[in-house]
Amino acid sequence: MHRIQRSKARWIAFFITPGLLVVGLFILLPLFMSLYNSLFSWRQLIRLHFVGLDNFKRLLFTFPYQQRFFNAMKNNLYWFLSTTLIQNSLGLLFGYLLSRNLPGAQFFKRVFFIPVLFSIVAVGFLWGMYLKPSGLVNSFLKLVGLASLQRPWLGLEHLATPSIILVNIWRWVGFPSLVFLAAIDSVPQECLEAAYLEGVGEWKLFWKIIFPLIIPSITIIMVLTIIGSLNVFEQIYTMTGLDGAPNYSTDTIGTLFYRTAFGSIDAGSPEIGIGSAIGLVIYLLTFATSLLSVFVTKRKEVQL
Amino acid sequence: MITDLRYRGASTGKRVFITLSIAVMAGYVLLILYPLMNMVLSSFKTNRAIISTPFALPETFSFATFKTVWVDKGFSHYFANSLFVTTISMTFVLLFGSMASYGISRYIYRGNTLVYMLFLSGIMLPLKAAIIPLFLLIKTLGLINSRWSVILIFLAMGLPSTVFILAGFMKTIPLELEYAAKIDGCNDFMIYRKIVMPMVAPAMALVTIYNAVPIWNDFFFPLVFLQSNSVKTLPVGLSTFFGQHSTNWSLLFTGLSIAILPMLILYLFMSKYFIKGMTAGAVK
Repeated sequence: MHRIQRSKARWIAFFITPGLLVVGLFILLPLFMSLYNSLFSWRQLIRLHFVGLDNFKRLLFTFPYQQRFFNAMKNNLYWFLSTTLIQNSLGLLFGYLLSRNLPGAQFFKRVFFIPVLFSIVAVGFLWGMYLKPSGLVNSFLKLVGLASLQRPWLGLEHLATPSIILVNIWRWVGFPSLVFLAAIDSVPQECLEAAYLEGVGEWKLFWKIIFPLIIPSITIIMVLTIIGSLNVFEQIYTMTGLDGAPNYSTDTIGTLFYRTAFGSIDAGSPEIGIGSAIGLVIYLLTFATSLLSVFVTKRKEVQL
Repeated sequence: MITDLRYRGASTGKRVFITLSIAVMAGYVLLILYPLMNMVLSSFKTNRAIISTPFALPETFSFATFKTVWVDKGFSHYFANSLFVTTISMTFVLLFGSMASYGISRYIYRGNTLVYMLFLSGIMLPLKAAIIPLFLLIKTLGLINSRWSVILIFLAMGLPSTVFILAGFMKTIPLELEYAAKIDGCNDFMIYRKIVMPMVAPAMALVTIYNAVPIWNDFFFPLVFLQSNSVKTLPVGLSTFFGQHSTNWSLLFTGLSIAILPMLILYLFMSKYFIKGMTAGAVK
Protein backbone atom coordinates (compact mmCIF):
# COMPACT_ATOMS: atom_id res chain seq x y z
CA MET A 1 0.00 0.00 0.00
CA HIS A 2 2.78 2.39 0.95
CA ARG A 3 4.58 1.71 -2.31
CA ILE A 4 1.44 2.37 -4.35
CA GLN A 5 1.00 5.69 -2.53
CA ARG A 6 4.58 6.69 -3.34
CA SER A 7 4.29 5.84 -6.99
CA LYS A 8 0.96 7.68 -7.16
CA ALA A 9 2.58 10.79 -5.66
CA ARG A 10 5.38 10.53 -8.20
CA TRP A 11 2.93 10.36 -11.08
CA ILE A 12 0.97 13.35 -9.79
CA ALA A 13 4.21 15.33 -9.52
CA PHE A 14 5.16 14.26 -13.03
CA PHE A 15 1.90 15.55 -14.47
CA ILE A 16 1.48 18.84 -12.63
CA THR A 17 5.07 20.08 -12.14
CA PRO A 18 5.83 21.53 -15.62
CA GLY A 19 2.64 23.58 -15.71
CA LEU A 20 2.92 24.64 -12.10
CA LEU A 21 6.49 25.84 -12.63
CA VAL A 22 5.46 28.04 -15.55
CA VAL A 23 2.43 29.46 -13.72
CA GLY A 24 4.50 30.02 -10.57
CA LEU A 25 7.40 31.69 -12.33
CA PHE A 26 5.48 33.82 -14.86
CA ILE A 27 2.15 34.56 -13.14
CA LEU A 28 2.38 34.22 -9.35
CA LEU A 29 5.95 35.41 -8.77
CA PRO A 30 5.45 38.58 -10.89
CA LEU A 31 2.29 39.32 -8.90
CA PHE A 32 4.20 39.27 -5.61
CA MET A 33 7.12 41.13 -7.15
CA SER A 34 4.75 43.90 -8.30
CA LEU A 35 3.58 44.32 -4.74
CA TYR A 36 7.15 44.18 -3.39
CA ASN A 37 8.53 46.59 -6.01
CA SER A 38 5.79 49.12 -5.35
CA LEU A 39 7.06 49.54 -1.77
CA PHE A 40 10.56 50.61 -2.82
CA SER A 41 12.13 53.63 -4.39
CA TRP A 42 13.99 53.07 -7.65
CA ARG A 43 16.71 54.62 -9.76
CA GLN A 44 16.17 53.34 -13.31
CA LEU A 45 16.20 49.53 -12.94
CA ILE A 46 17.92 49.49 -9.54
CA ARG A 47 15.90 48.92 -6.38
CA LEU A 48 16.99 51.42 -3.71
CA HIS A 49 15.24 51.45 -0.33
CA PHE A 50 11.95 50.64 1.34
CA VAL A 51 9.53 53.58 1.27
CA GLY A 52 6.26 52.01 2.40
CA LEU A 53 3.23 53.39 0.61
CA ASP A 54 5.07 56.43 -0.67
CA ASN A 55 4.69 55.45 -4.34
CA PHE A 56 0.93 55.18 -3.93
CA LYS A 57 0.83 58.58 -2.20
CA ARG A 58 2.80 60.16 -5.04
CA LEU A 59 0.56 58.51 -7.62
CA LEU A 60 -2.65 59.72 -6.00
CA PHE A 61 -1.67 63.11 -4.59
CA THR A 62 1.22 64.73 -6.48
CA PHE A 63 1.70 66.38 -9.84
CA PRO A 64 1.83 65.11 -12.58
CA TYR A 65 0.86 61.58 -11.56
CA GLN A 66 -2.37 62.57 -9.84
CA GLN A 67 -3.68 64.49 -12.87
CA ARG A 68 -2.66 61.78 -15.34
CA PHE A 69 -3.97 58.93 -13.21
CA PHE A 70 -7.43 60.35 -12.64
CA ASN A 71 -7.67 61.57 -16.23
CA ALA A 72 -6.86 58.03 -17.44
CA MET A 73 -9.25 56.38 -14.98
CA LYS A 74 -12.00 58.74 -16.13
CA ASN A 75 -11.40 57.61 -19.71
CA ASN A 76 -11.47 53.94 -18.71
CA LEU A 77 -14.78 54.53 -16.98
CA TYR A 78 -16.05 56.24 -20.13
CA TRP A 79 -14.92 53.21 -22.16
CA PHE A 80 -16.76 50.88 -19.84
CA LEU A 81 -20.01 52.85 -19.80
CA SER A 82 -20.23 53.48 -23.53
CA THR A 83 -19.22 49.92 -24.39
CA THR A 84 -21.89 48.55 -22.09
CA LEU A 85 -24.51 50.91 -23.40
CA ILE A 86 -23.81 50.57 -27.13
CA GLN A 87 -21.91 47.33 -27.74
CA ASN A 88 -23.64 45.07 -25.26
CA SER A 89 -27.12 46.37 -26.11
CA LEU A 90 -26.42 45.89 -29.80
CA GLY A 91 -25.06 42.44 -29.00
CA LEU A 92 -28.25 41.59 -27.17
CA LEU A 93 -30.36 42.83 -30.07
CA PHE A 94 -28.29 40.93 -32.66
CA GLY A 95 -28.19 37.80 -30.53
CA TYR A 96 -31.96 37.89 -30.18
CA LEU A 97 -32.63 38.53 -33.87
CA LEU A 98 -30.21 35.78 -34.92
CA SER A 99 -31.92 33.34 -32.57
CA ARG A 100 -35.22 33.88 -34.35
CA ASN A 101 -33.89 32.56 -37.65
CA LEU A 102 -34.64 35.60 -39.75
CA PRO A 103 -33.95 35.13 -43.45
CA GLY A 104 -30.15 35.24 -43.85
CA ALA A 105 -29.44 34.61 -40.16
CA GLN A 106 -26.64 32.10 -40.83
CA PHE A 107 -24.90 34.53 -43.17
CA PHE A 108 -25.20 37.45 -40.74
CA LYS A 109 -23.86 35.35 -37.91
CA ARG A 110 -20.72 34.37 -39.80
CA VAL A 111 -19.98 37.87 -41.07
CA PHE A 112 -20.52 39.49 -37.65
CA PHE A 113 -17.70 37.40 -36.23
CA ILE A 114 -15.11 38.33 -38.87
CA PRO A 115 -13.63 41.45 -37.17
CA VAL A 116 -13.45 39.63 -33.83
CA LEU A 117 -10.60 37.53 -35.24
CA PHE A 118 -8.45 40.44 -36.38
CA SER A 119 -5.70 41.80 -34.19
CA ILE A 120 -6.60 45.06 -32.47
CA VAL A 121 -3.42 46.49 -33.94
CA ALA A 122 -4.46 45.87 -37.55
CA VAL A 123 -7.98 47.17 -36.89
CA GLY A 124 -6.58 50.24 -35.11
CA PHE A 125 -4.20 51.12 -37.93
CA LEU A 126 -6.86 50.50 -40.59
CA TRP A 127 -9.45 52.78 -38.99
CA GLY A 128 -6.72 55.20 -37.98
CA MET A 129 -6.17 55.77 -41.71
CA TYR A 130 -9.87 55.92 -42.53
CA LEU A 131 -10.39 58.53 -39.78
CA LYS A 132 -7.59 60.83 -40.98
CA PRO A 133 -8.72 64.26 -42.29
CA SER A 134 -8.26 63.03 -45.88
CA GLY A 135 -9.42 59.50 -45.07
CA LEU A 136 -12.35 57.38 -46.20
CA VAL A 137 -14.82 58.52 -43.53
CA ASN A 138 -14.60 62.17 -44.53
CA SER A 139 -14.64 61.25 -48.22
CA PHE A 140 -17.82 59.30 -47.62
CA LEU A 141 -19.47 62.22 -45.82
CA LYS A 142 -18.64 64.43 -48.79
CA LEU A 143 -19.98 61.83 -51.22
CA VAL A 144 -23.40 61.75 -49.52
CA GLY A 145 -23.59 65.53 -49.27
CA LEU A 146 -22.72 65.85 -45.58
CA ALA A 147 -19.44 67.67 -46.13
CA SER A 148 -20.29 69.97 -43.21
CA LEU A 149 -19.87 66.99 -40.87
CA GLN A 150 -16.27 66.35 -41.92
CA ARG A 151 -13.91 66.40 -38.94
CA PRO A 152 -10.35 65.46 -38.04
CA TRP A 153 -11.87 62.67 -35.97
CA LEU A 154 -8.78 61.66 -34.02
CA GLY A 155 -7.42 65.18 -33.73
CA LEU A 156 -10.15 66.79 -31.64
CA GLU A 157 -10.19 66.30 -27.89
CA HIS A 158 -13.93 65.71 -27.60
CA LEU A 159 -14.15 63.35 -30.61
CA ALA A 160 -11.01 61.24 -30.34
CA THR A 161 -12.09 58.89 -27.54
CA PRO A 162 -15.63 58.33 -28.90
CA SER A 163 -14.15 57.61 -32.35
CA ILE A 164 -11.75 55.01 -30.96
CA ILE A 165 -14.51 53.43 -28.90
CA LEU A 166 -16.73 53.16 -31.98
CA VAL A 167 -13.91 51.44 -33.87
CA ASN A 168 -13.53 49.01 -30.99
CA ILE A 169 -17.26 48.32 -31.02
CA TRP A 170 -17.04 47.72 -34.78
CA ARG A 171 -14.44 45.05 -34.10
CA TRP A 172 -16.01 43.40 -31.09
CA VAL A 173 -19.84 43.53 -31.23
CA GLY A 174 -19.98 40.10 -32.91
CA PHE A 175 -18.61 38.53 -29.75
CA PRO A 176 -21.43 39.42 -27.32
CA SER A 177 -23.90 38.82 -30.17
CA LEU A 178 -22.86 35.20 -30.57
CA VAL A 179 -22.52 34.60 -26.83
CA PHE A 180 -26.07 35.87 -26.33
CA LEU A 181 -27.24 33.84 -29.33
CA ALA A 182 -25.87 30.66 -27.75
CA ALA A 183 -27.55 31.57 -24.47
CA ILE A 184 -30.93 32.24 -26.10
CA ASP A 185 -30.66 29.03 -28.13
CA SER A 186 -30.33 27.09 -24.90
CA VAL A 187 -33.63 28.46 -23.56
CA PRO A 188 -36.10 25.54 -23.71
CA GLN A 189 -38.03 25.74 -26.95
CA GLU A 190 -41.29 24.69 -25.23
CA CYS A 191 -41.25 27.86 -23.12
CA LEU A 192 -41.03 30.05 -26.19
CA GLU A 193 -43.58 28.05 -28.16
CA ALA A 194 -46.07 28.07 -25.30
CA ALA A 195 -45.76 31.83 -24.90
CA TYR A 196 -45.96 32.25 -28.64
CA LEU A 197 -49.18 30.25 -28.89
CA GLU A 198 -50.62 32.35 -26.07
CA GLY A 199 -50.13 35.32 -28.36
CA VAL A 200 -47.37 37.03 -26.39
CA GLY A 201 -45.73 39.77 -28.47
CA GLU A 202 -42.04 39.94 -29.36
CA TRP A 203 -41.33 42.69 -26.84
CA LYS A 204 -42.90 40.86 -23.93
CA LEU A 205 -41.45 37.52 -25.02
CA PHE A 206 -37.97 38.99 -24.83
CA TRP A 207 -38.20 40.85 -21.54
CA LYS A 208 -40.41 38.45 -19.59
CA ILE A 209 -39.06 35.09 -20.73
CA ILE A 210 -35.73 35.26 -22.55
CA PHE A 211 -34.00 38.02 -20.59
CA PRO A 212 -34.38 36.48 -17.11
CA LEU A 213 -33.09 33.15 -18.45
CA ILE A 214 -29.91 34.55 -19.98
CA ILE A 215 -28.76 36.61 -16.99
CA PRO A 216 -25.72 34.34 -16.42
CA SER A 217 -24.44 35.19 -19.92
CA ILE A 218 -25.11 38.85 -19.33
CA THR A 219 -23.01 38.66 -16.16
CA ILE A 220 -20.12 37.07 -18.05
CA ILE A 221 -20.24 39.67 -20.81
CA MET A 222 -20.34 42.47 -18.22
CA VAL A 223 -17.27 41.07 -16.48
CA LEU A 224 -15.43 40.75 -19.80
CA THR A 225 -16.43 44.34 -20.59
CA ILE A 226 -14.98 45.62 -17.31
CA ILE A 227 -11.73 43.69 -17.82
CA GLY A 228 -11.57 44.75 -21.47
CA SER A 229 -12.07 48.41 -20.54
CA LEU A 230 -9.25 48.22 -18.00
CA ASN A 231 -6.98 46.64 -20.62
CA VAL A 232 -7.39 49.24 -23.37
CA PHE A 233 -3.93 49.86 -24.78
CA GLU A 234 -3.46 48.78 -28.41
CA GLN A 235 -6.44 50.83 -29.57
CA ILE A 236 -4.85 54.03 -28.25
CA TYR A 237 -1.31 53.06 -29.25
CA THR A 238 -2.32 52.56 -32.89
CA MET A 239 -4.79 55.40 -33.35
CA THR A 240 -3.61 58.36 -31.26
CA GLY A 241 -0.28 57.19 -29.90
CA LEU A 242 1.27 56.27 -26.58
CA ASP A 243 0.74 59.77 -25.15
CA GLY A 244 -3.01 59.62 -25.64
CA ALA A 245 -3.04 62.62 -27.98
CA PRO A 246 -4.50 65.17 -28.39
CA ASN A 247 -3.49 66.59 -25.03
CA TYR A 248 -3.94 63.29 -23.08
CA SER A 249 -7.64 63.22 -24.02
CA THR A 250 -7.42 59.55 -25.08
CA ASP A 251 -4.99 58.46 -22.35
CA THR A 252 -5.99 55.31 -20.45
CA ILE A 253 -4.59 53.45 -17.49
CA GLY A 254 -2.90 51.02 -19.92
CA THR A 255 -1.00 53.67 -21.86
CA LEU A 256 -0.17 55.60 -18.68
CA PHE A 257 1.16 52.40 -17.11
CA TYR A 258 3.35 51.67 -20.13
CA ARG A 259 4.75 55.21 -20.25
CA THR A 260 5.50 55.17 -16.53
CA ALA A 261 7.13 51.75 -16.59
CA PHE A 262 9.20 52.29 -19.71
CA GLY A 263 9.97 55.93 -19.25
CA SER A 264 8.33 58.66 -21.20
CA ILE A 265 6.36 60.47 -18.53
CA ASP A 266 7.63 64.06 -18.37
CA ALA A 267 11.11 63.38 -16.95
CA GLY A 268 11.64 60.64 -19.53
CA SER A 269 13.12 57.91 -17.35
CA PRO A 270 11.35 54.77 -16.15
CA GLU A 271 9.53 55.10 -12.81
CA ILE A 272 9.46 51.50 -11.62
CA GLY A 273 8.03 52.32 -8.18
CA ILE A 274 5.09 54.36 -9.44
CA GLY A 275 4.64 51.99 -12.39
CA SER A 276 4.33 49.06 -10.00
CA ALA A 277 1.76 51.01 -8.00
CA ILE A 278 -0.33 51.53 -11.16
CA GLY A 279 0.08 47.85 -12.03
CA LEU A 280 -1.23 46.96 -8.61
CA VAL A 281 -4.29 49.16 -9.07
CA ILE A 282 -5.03 47.31 -12.34
CA TYR A 283 -4.55 43.98 -10.55
CA LEU A 284 -6.89 44.93 -7.74
CA LEU A 285 -9.67 46.18 -10.00
CA THR A 286 -9.49 43.11 -12.26
CA PHE A 287 -9.27 40.73 -9.35
CA ALA A 288 -12.26 42.29 -7.61
CA THR A 289 -14.30 42.01 -10.81
CA SER A 290 -13.31 38.39 -11.42
CA LEU A 291 -14.03 37.45 -7.84
CA LEU A 292 -17.47 38.96 -8.14
CA SER A 293 -18.09 36.94 -11.29
CA VAL A 294 -16.98 33.70 -9.60
CA PHE A 295 -19.58 34.20 -6.89
CA VAL A 296 -22.34 35.12 -9.31
CA THR A 297 -21.45 32.23 -11.64
CA LYS A 298 -21.23 29.74 -8.79
CA ARG A 299 -24.65 30.76 -7.56
CA LYS A 300 -26.12 30.27 -11.02
CA GLU A 301 -24.38 26.90 -11.44
CA VAL A 302 -23.09 27.70 -14.90
CA GLN A 303 -20.72 25.02 -16.12
CA LEU A 304 -18.43 25.26 -19.07
CA MET B 1 -39.98 26.22 -35.77
CA ILE B 2 -43.06 28.27 -35.10
CA THR B 3 -41.17 30.93 -33.19
CA ASP B 4 -39.01 31.72 -36.23
CA LEU B 5 -39.49 35.16 -37.70
CA ARG B 6 -40.64 34.52 -41.25
CA TYR B 7 -42.50 36.68 -43.74
CA ARG B 8 -44.98 33.95 -44.66
CA GLY B 9 -48.26 34.41 -42.83
CA ALA B 10 -46.96 37.32 -40.73
CA SER B 11 -49.05 40.35 -39.82
CA THR B 12 -48.16 43.74 -41.33
CA GLY B 13 -46.60 44.94 -38.08
CA LYS B 14 -44.44 41.85 -37.92
CA ARG B 15 -43.39 42.22 -41.54
CA VAL B 16 -42.21 45.77 -40.83
CA PHE B 17 -40.32 44.49 -37.79
CA ILE B 18 -38.64 41.73 -39.81
CA THR B 19 -37.69 44.13 -42.59
CA LEU B 20 -36.24 46.65 -40.15
CA SER B 21 -34.27 43.95 -38.36
CA ILE B 22 -32.78 42.67 -41.59
CA ALA B 23 -31.94 46.24 -42.63
CA VAL B 24 -30.04 46.89 -39.39
CA MET B 25 -28.07 43.65 -39.68
CA ALA B 26 -27.36 44.16 -43.36
CA GLY B 27 -26.11 47.64 -42.45
CA TYR B 28 -23.55 46.19 -40.07
CA VAL B 29 -22.52 43.60 -42.67
CA LEU B 30 -21.81 46.44 -45.12
CA LEU B 31 -19.92 48.29 -42.42
CA ILE B 32 -17.71 45.22 -41.96
CA LEU B 33 -17.21 44.18 -45.57
CA TYR B 34 -16.82 47.52 -47.32
CA PRO B 35 -13.85 48.81 -45.28
CA LEU B 36 -12.11 45.46 -45.78
CA MET B 37 -12.76 45.52 -49.52
CA ASN B 38 -11.58 49.12 -49.71
CA MET B 39 -8.40 48.14 -47.87
CA VAL B 40 -7.58 45.44 -50.41
CA LEU B 41 -8.48 47.64 -53.40
CA SER B 42 -6.44 50.56 -52.03
CA SER B 43 -3.38 48.36 -51.90
CA PHE B 44 -3.45 48.27 -55.72
CA LYS B 45 -3.81 52.05 -56.07
CA THR B 46 -1.34 54.89 -56.13
CA ASN B 47 -1.15 57.23 -53.14
CA ARG B 48 -2.76 59.99 -55.14
CA ALA B 49 -5.66 57.77 -56.27
CA ILE B 50 -6.37 56.56 -52.73
CA ILE B 51 -7.04 60.12 -51.58
CA SER B 52 -8.56 61.69 -54.71
CA THR B 53 -10.82 58.80 -55.82
CA PRO B 54 -11.24 56.66 -52.69
CA PHE B 55 -14.30 54.79 -53.99
CA ALA B 56 -13.04 54.00 -57.48
CA LEU B 57 -11.60 50.69 -58.57
CA PRO B 58 -7.84 50.52 -59.07
CA GLU B 59 -6.63 51.06 -62.63
CA THR B 60 -4.28 48.10 -62.61
CA PHE B 61 -3.99 44.99 -60.49
CA SER B 62 -0.25 44.81 -60.05
CA PHE B 63 1.23 42.80 -57.23
CA ALA B 64 4.43 44.85 -57.20
CA THR B 65 3.64 46.55 -53.87
CA PHE B 66 2.74 43.19 -52.36
CA LYS B 67 6.16 41.91 -53.32
CA THR B 68 7.83 45.04 -51.90
CA VAL B 69 6.05 44.63 -48.56
CA TRP B 70 6.44 40.86 -48.36
CA VAL B 71 10.12 40.70 -49.37
CA ASP B 72 11.81 44.09 -48.93
CA LYS B 73 9.87 45.27 -45.91
CA GLY B 74 10.37 41.99 -44.08
CA PHE B 75 6.75 40.82 -43.74
CA SER B 76 7.81 37.30 -44.69
CA HIS B 77 10.05 37.29 -41.58
CA TYR B 78 7.30 38.74 -39.37
CA PHE B 79 4.94 36.11 -40.66
CA ALA B 80 7.41 33.28 -40.07
CA ASN B 81 8.13 34.59 -36.56
CA SER B 82 4.41 34.73 -35.72
CA LEU B 83 4.02 31.19 -37.00
CA PHE B 84 7.01 29.98 -34.98
CA VAL B 85 5.97 31.71 -31.76
CA THR B 86 2.33 30.59 -32.04
CA THR B 87 3.16 26.97 -32.93
CA ILE B 88 5.76 26.46 -30.20
CA SER B 89 3.76 28.14 -27.46
CA MET B 90 0.58 26.27 -28.43
CA THR B 91 2.43 22.93 -28.45
CA PHE B 92 3.54 23.49 -24.88
CA VAL B 93 0.21 24.97 -23.78
CA LEU B 94 -1.49 21.79 -24.98
CA LEU B 95 1.15 19.43 -23.57
CA PHE B 96 1.61 21.01 -20.13
CA GLY B 97 -2.05 21.99 -19.93
CA SER B 98 -3.38 18.51 -20.63
CA MET B 99 -0.82 16.93 -18.28
CA ALA B 100 -1.76 19.30 -15.48
CA SER B 101 -5.47 18.72 -16.11
CA TYR B 102 -4.85 14.99 -15.90
CA GLY B 103 -2.92 15.35 -12.65
CA ILE B 104 -5.71 17.46 -11.19
CA SER B 105 -8.80 15.63 -12.39
CA ARG B 106 -7.78 11.94 -12.36
CA TYR B 107 -6.28 11.60 -8.87
CA ILE B 108 -7.76 12.18 -5.45
CA TYR B 109 -5.27 13.69 -3.01
CA ARG B 110 -4.83 16.43 -0.45
CA GLY B 111 -3.88 19.69 -2.11
CA ASN B 112 -5.76 18.78 -5.27
CA THR B 113 -8.03 21.82 -5.01
CA LEU B 114 -5.09 24.05 -4.11
CA VAL B 115 -3.22 23.08 -7.28
CA TYR B 116 -6.36 23.70 -9.32
CA MET B 117 -6.83 27.12 -7.70
CA LEU B 118 -3.19 28.05 -8.40
CA PHE B 119 -3.76 27.40 -12.08
CA LEU B 120 -7.11 29.19 -12.09
CA SER B 121 -5.66 32.27 -10.39
CA GLY B 122 -4.02 33.00 -13.74
CA ILE B 123 -7.45 33.55 -15.30
CA MET B 124 -8.15 36.38 -12.89
CA LEU B 125 -4.72 38.05 -12.99
CA PRO B 126 -4.01 40.25 -16.00
CA LEU B 127 -0.47 39.38 -17.07
CA LYS B 128 -0.03 42.82 -18.66
CA ALA B 129 -0.15 44.44 -15.21
CA ALA B 130 2.96 42.44 -14.27
CA ILE B 131 5.06 43.72 -17.14
CA ILE B 132 7.68 45.31 -14.86
CA PRO B 133 8.65 42.16 -12.92
CA LEU B 134 8.29 40.13 -16.13
CA PHE B 135 10.68 42.48 -17.88
CA LEU B 136 13.22 42.16 -15.04
CA LEU B 137 12.78 38.37 -15.06
CA ILE B 138 13.24 38.01 -18.82
CA LYS B 139 16.27 40.31 -18.59
CA THR B 140 17.76 38.10 -15.88
CA LEU B 141 17.17 35.06 -18.06
CA GLY B 142 18.97 36.85 -20.91
CA LEU B 143 15.99 36.47 -23.23
CA ILE B 144 15.35 40.09 -24.23
CA ASN B 145 15.10 40.18 -28.01
CA SER B 146 14.66 36.41 -28.18
CA ARG B 147 11.47 34.82 -29.44
CA TRP B 148 11.60 32.50 -26.41
CA SER B 149 10.70 35.45 -24.15
CA VAL B 150 7.21 35.74 -25.61
CA ILE B 151 6.86 31.98 -26.01
CA LEU B 152 7.33 31.54 -22.25
CA ILE B 153 4.86 34.31 -21.47
CA PHE B 154 2.26 33.02 -23.95
CA LEU B 155 2.66 29.59 -22.39
CA ALA B 156 1.86 31.07 -18.98
CA MET B 157 -1.01 33.05 -20.48
CA GLY B 158 -2.58 29.97 -22.09
CA LEU B 159 -2.25 27.42 -19.28
CA PRO B 160 -4.95 28.66 -16.86
CA SER B 161 -7.85 28.62 -19.33
CA THR B 162 -6.59 25.35 -20.83
CA VAL B 163 -6.56 23.65 -17.43
CA PHE B 164 -9.97 25.12 -16.66
CA ILE B 165 -11.53 23.74 -19.84
CA LEU B 166 -9.68 20.40 -20.07
CA ALA B 167 -9.95 19.44 -16.39
CA GLY B 168 -13.69 19.97 -16.70
CA PHE B 169 -13.84 17.57 -19.64
CA MET B 170 -11.55 14.96 -18.07
CA LYS B 171 -13.65 14.80 -14.91
CA THR B 172 -16.51 13.39 -16.97
CA ILE B 173 -14.54 10.33 -18.17
CA PRO B 174 -15.43 7.31 -16.01
CA LEU B 175 -12.60 5.97 -13.83
CA GLU B 176 -13.53 2.35 -14.65
CA LEU B 177 -11.80 2.70 -18.00
CA GLU B 178 -8.61 3.43 -16.14
CA TYR B 179 -8.92 0.42 -13.84
CA ALA B 180 -9.37 -1.85 -16.85
CA ALA B 181 -6.26 -0.42 -18.48
CA LYS B 182 -4.28 -0.76 -15.25
CA ILE B 183 -5.17 -4.44 -15.00
CA ASP B 184 -3.90 -4.80 -18.55
CA GLY B 185 -0.57 -3.41 -17.38
CA CYS B 186 -0.76 0.24 -18.53
CA ASN B 187 1.12 2.78 -16.44
CA ASP B 188 -0.30 6.23 -15.72
CA PHE B 189 1.39 7.92 -18.65
CA MET B 190 0.04 5.32 -21.08
CA ILE B 191 -3.46 5.85 -19.67
CA TYR B 192 -3.10 9.59 -20.17
CA ARG B 193 -1.71 9.17 -23.67
CA LYS B 194 -3.79 6.27 -25.01
CA ILE B 195 -7.12 6.56 -23.20
CA VAL B 196 -7.82 10.00 -21.82
CA MET B 197 -6.24 12.18 -24.52
CA PRO B 198 -8.15 10.65 -27.47
CA MET B 199 -11.37 11.15 -25.52
CA VAL B 200 -10.78 14.88 -24.99
CA ALA B 201 -9.74 15.56 -28.60
CA PRO B 202 -12.77 17.82 -29.30
CA ALA B 203 -11.93 19.86 -26.21
CA MET B 204 -8.34 20.12 -27.39
CA ALA B 205 -9.54 21.63 -30.69
CA LEU B 206 -11.60 24.13 -28.72
CA VAL B 207 -8.66 25.07 -26.50
CA THR B 208 -6.38 25.42 -29.51
CA ILE B 209 -8.53 28.07 -31.19
CA TYR B 210 -9.35 29.76 -27.88
CA ASN B 211 -5.63 30.36 -27.25
CA ALA B 212 -4.03 30.45 -30.69
CA VAL B 213 -6.00 33.43 -32.01
CA PRO B 214 -5.11 35.77 -29.10
CA ILE B 215 -1.49 34.56 -29.19
CA TRP B 216 -1.23 35.16 -32.94
CA ASN B 217 -2.72 38.63 -32.48
CA ASP B 218 -0.89 39.62 -29.29
CA PHE B 219 0.91 42.93 -29.46
CA PHE B 220 1.83 44.01 -25.95
CA PHE B 221 4.46 41.42 -25.01
CA PRO B 222 6.23 41.30 -28.40
CA LEU B 223 6.28 45.11 -28.29
CA VAL B 224 8.18 45.04 -25.01
CA PHE B 225 10.49 42.10 -25.64
CA LEU B 226 11.16 41.87 -29.38
CA GLN B 227 13.12 44.91 -30.51
CA SER B 228 15.15 43.90 -33.56
CA ASN B 229 13.36 43.38 -36.85
CA SER B 230 14.57 39.82 -37.31
CA VAL B 231 12.57 38.53 -34.32
CA LYS B 232 9.41 40.67 -34.52
CA THR B 233 5.99 39.06 -34.91
CA LEU B 234 3.38 40.31 -37.37
CA PRO B 235 1.53 42.81 -35.12
CA VAL B 236 4.75 44.51 -33.90
CA GLY B 237 6.25 44.33 -37.38
CA LEU B 238 3.12 46.04 -38.70
CA SER B 239 3.51 48.74 -36.06
CA THR B 240 7.17 49.36 -36.97
CA PHE B 241 6.18 49.47 -40.63
CA PHE B 242 3.50 52.07 -39.92
CA GLY B 243 6.04 54.17 -38.06
CA GLN B 244 8.43 54.14 -41.01
CA HIS B 245 6.06 54.73 -43.90
CA SER B 246 3.34 56.90 -42.42
CA THR B 247 2.73 58.82 -45.65
CA ASN B 248 2.89 56.01 -48.19
CA TRP B 249 -0.76 54.90 -48.02
CA SER B 250 -0.49 52.43 -50.88
CA LEU B 251 2.22 50.57 -49.00
CA LEU B 252 0.34 50.79 -45.69
CA PHE B 253 -2.86 49.31 -47.12
CA THR B 254 -0.81 46.50 -48.64
CA GLY B 255 0.79 45.77 -45.27
CA LEU B 256 -2.63 45.72 -43.62
CA SER B 257 -4.02 43.38 -46.27
CA ILE B 258 -1.13 40.98 -45.73
CA ALA B 259 -1.71 41.10 -41.98
CA ILE B 260 -5.48 40.60 -42.15
CA LEU B 261 -6.22 38.35 -45.14
CA PRO B 262 -4.68 35.05 -43.93
CA MET B 263 -6.93 35.05 -40.86
CA LEU B 264 -9.94 35.90 -43.00
CA ILE B 265 -9.24 33.07 -45.45
CA LEU B 266 -8.73 30.57 -42.64
CA TYR B 267 -12.02 31.74 -41.14
CA LEU B 268 -13.94 31.18 -44.38
CA PHE B 269 -13.06 27.50 -44.19
CA MET B 270 -13.45 26.95 -40.45
CA SER B 271 -15.95 29.57 -39.27
CA LYS B 272 -17.88 27.09 -37.15
CA TYR B 273 -14.80 26.08 -35.18
CA PHE B 274 -13.62 29.65 -34.78
CA ILE B 275 -16.97 30.77 -33.40
CA LYS B 276 -17.17 27.82 -31.04
CA GLY B 277 -13.55 28.10 -29.94
CA MET B 278 -13.44 31.84 -29.38
CA THR B 279 -16.64 31.91 -27.33
CA ALA B 280 -15.60 28.82 -25.34
CA GLY B 281 -14.81 30.81 -22.22
CA ALA B 282 -18.17 32.57 -22.13
CA VAL B 283 -20.59 29.89 -23.36
CA LYS B 284 -21.34 26.79 -21.38
